[in-house]
Amino acid sequence: MTLSQFFFFYNAIVIISTALLMVTRKSPVHSVIFMLIMFFHVAGLYLFLNAEFVAALQVIVYAGAILVLFLFVIFLLNLKVDRLERQSIANWPTAAVLSVAMFTVIAMATSGMQVGPGKYSIESLNRSFGIEGSSHIKAVGVLLYTKYIFPFEAASLILLVAMIGAIVLAKKSR
Amino acid sequence: MVPLDWYIWLASALFCIGVFGFLSRRNIIIMLMSIELMLNAVNISLVAFSHYMNDIRGHIMVFFIITVAAAEAAIGLAIIIAMFRNNDTTNVDEMTELKG
Repeated sequence: MTLSQFFFFYNAIVIISTALLMVTRKSPVHSVIFMLIMFFHVAGLYLFLNAEFVAALQVIVYAGAILVLFLFVIFLLNLKVDRLERQSIANWPTAAVLSVAMFTVIAMATSGMQVGPGKYSIESLNRSFGIEGSSHIKAVGVLLYTKYIFPFEAASLILLVAMIGAIVLAKKSR
Repeated sequence: MVPLDWYIWLASALFCIGVFGFLSRRNIIIMLMSIELMLNAVNISLVAFSHYMNDIRGHIMVFFIITVAAAEAAIGLAIIIAMFRNNDTTNVDEMTELKG
């Protein structure tokens, strides 16, 4: 086993086991902690795939913003311990069988998949924008601000709507 | 060298764990976290395809998925707070007001 395969297996095993622990723990705070470990290992996998920008986004947005939001809400709600019983449906094996079957179908359908070279490689982007030899993040930024400028603006609008919506929904009604 | 298949299997396993969590748990906070798990699985597969195809558009898609996930988490948690204020519970089986 080469070093890269060892690194992949370490990350994969930690991701799968913490995800399983996350969906099975009774206390939501434990779930959030397991999810934090999972997010950091997913970020490690992204670094391994030469995606530094996505790895940084994963740590900053998921681990830094979304999980803190979950923690704040859990602390805010003040869940009573006796109400935390009976958190799963009675016939959870049905859900387990369904998801295992789904995994089997996806794995069988995608095994041995071959992918061709894409149109937007880093080298060709850097050549067409005249920034040869620069980093990966620069190529992502240039593509984001030229070809994908409209979805980028739409994303900012989505965030604005989410901000206003969250304030309106969580506000105390008089 | 790690084959592309392994990444796809990891992503699909993570997605199916998210599906299992969403179907079996009745705590609405855990259900929302399972949705985040499924979005993360899709991100892993997109980044893996992007690396193996040498195409950078996968990273752009992941950027937008993370944006939508953040917006979804904010709205979902605000709805949870509003419902907890009215019902005093996070169990979805006890939220039956929309049944009419």
